[in-house]
Amino acid sequence: MFQNRTGQIKTFFRQWQLQSMVIPGIIWMIIFCYLPMLWLIIAFMDFSIARPMLESPFVGLKHFQAFLTDDRFWRSIRNTLGMSSIKLVLGFPIPILFALMLNEIRSIRFKRTVQTISYLPHFIAWTIFGGIMLNWLGEGGMINQLMMALGLQEREILFNSEPSYFWWITYFSDTLKETGWGAIIYIAAMAGIDPGLYEAAELDGANRWKRMWHITIQSIRPTIAILFILAVSGILGSNFEQIFMLKNNMNLKMAESLDLYIYNMGLVSGRHSFSTAVLFARSIVALGLLFLANYTSKKLTGDSIY
Amino acid sequence: MDRRRRFQRIGLFEVCNTLLMLAVCFITLYPMWFVLVNSLNSPQQAMLGTVNWFPKELSLASYSVVLNDKSLMHGFYITTLRTVIATVVHVLFTAIVAYGLSKSNLVGRKVYLKIALITMLFSGGLIPTFILMTKLGLYNNFWVFIIPAMYSFFNMVIFMSFFRTIPDSLEESAKVDGASDYGVLFRIVLPNSMAVIATIALFSAVYNWNDYYQGVIYIRSQDLLPMQTILYKIIAENSMSFMQQQAMAQFGARLPGNSIKFASMMVATLPILVFYPFIQRYLVKGVMIGAIKG
Repeated sequence: MFQNRTGQIKTFFRQWQLQSMVIPGIIWMIIFCYLPMLWLIIAFMDFSIARPMLESPFVGLKHFQAFLTDDRFWRSIRNTLGMSSIKLVLGFPIPILFALMLNEIRSIRFKRTVQTISYLPHFIAWTIFGGIMLNWLGEGGMINQLMMALGLQEREILFNSEPSYFWWITYFSDTLKETGWGAIIYIAAMAGIDPGLYEAAELDGANRWKRMWHITIQSIRPTIAILFILAVSGILGSNFEQIFMLKNNMNLKMAESLDLYIYNMGLVSGRHSFSTAVLFARSIVALGLLFLANYTSKKLTGDSIY
Repeated sequence: MDRRRRFQRIGLFEVCNTLLMLAVCFITLYPMWFVLVNSLNSPQQAMLGTVNWFPKELSLASYSVVLNDKSLMHGFYITTLRTVIATVVHVLFTAIVAYGLSKSNLVGRKVYLKIALITMLFSGGLIPTFILMTKLGLYNNFWVFIIPAMYSFFNMVIFMSFFRTIPDSLEESAKVDGASDYGVLFRIVLPNSMAVIATIALFSAVYNWNDYYQGVIYIRSQDLLPMQTILYKIIAENSMSFMQQQAMAQFGARLPGNSIKFASMMVATLPILVFYPFIQRYLVKGVMIGAIKG
């Protein structure tokens, strides 16, 4: 045992070149990932950025009680769950459907062209994409022109100032931007399916839909399961860059997600401890959700992350 | 008869599917087209509202305002500087750590991997990270764009799994010739990993180019604001810079903010549109490597 230890230490020094590659990485992680975790302790303090951390008084669960009785907190929970549910139920299947239909295209060149084009919006900044949305949804914007031309509305509506539309705006703009990119992983999974399976099914008389259902979908099922678990466990998160871009004072009561609430309370109002308490609670719930989703998926389909 | 009918049904499906895919392409490309035509619309026409298909009168007036705007162009410079430095540093640092960790005889490898894995599951989150940056002196400091973005667990895993596919014999023969670990990494391993380097460089570059909210959170000084943060203020907060207000006054306030906005958006996106086709071919390959592992 002791000899083994000294042997390891010797090897460690003989490997100094390799070690000098890895150790800076570990130091980086300790500073930028572990130190912030340590700072989570301010959720239990009345922390002020002006004095050293340990001089701040401990206040126990005071901030946790405070946010639980804050109406704005519950509103942000509702908004987050609302937006996430729409994205989960109506958004999750769309990249799968797109990948399925793309997979049926015979011409390789056309397929590749469509794929290349469909990724493009993923690489465009939210400032640009959000800017386009704000223009389309505003006065004289395309949506108003279209709706009026179709006779669906009589006068201009400022869609982005109307809180009730906000969740749908985030859903549609996200779908528009990320569908092609979301499909990439399914397309990769479909590329790995054995073509012999299709030939055998065709000989057995399975038509196109049956082949799609029984072979393609069944083959990518583990991928779907993993992405679904991740989507469910991310239900308390939101696309901060998107919401931050599209929100305004008029729609804030439907736009303030949990992320935005933490930002507003912590960095705008300077309530660091309070905000950290919300963050802390959210991380714990999110972790629980990950385990729950994974467990449920394992029971129902046999597919899971671990 | 039966055969022919089946053939027709398949033909109909093919036609519908092709049309559907063309529709997807149109929907995807149209937003960019919309920005382009509106940025090229003449100021007088833009006053009447945005155009949907073609500019009524071609004009580069908005571009000349944007390209002469000192604050926007300084933002462009900051963004370029940030993107170049952050991408090079991220790719190098992550690759070096990944190379060390890909060696199974590395002493302490299990512990290192555990330390790395935990960072994936838990994080401090916005406020603790903000406080840390302040304490480290990175608040309102250019290096806040570089140092915290040096490393990513996910990209490290992609590098690691790629390095493991490189035949050991290649590295061993270099070692026999007297190369050090660094020599092997820089002369043998990295030159053989161009596809994965290109992919990760692309992701890192796009992130750094497009990010606006690091600038919103950490930067106060006007001189350090990245272009996307300035754009955010122009578009979402409707705040024009001093130069733009002056330019608008010069046009007798006839140049509406809209065409300036679209021209700024175009300038901010152009580098991506230019580089995208070149890097695209590495993309699928690189993402597949990531998808299989992740």
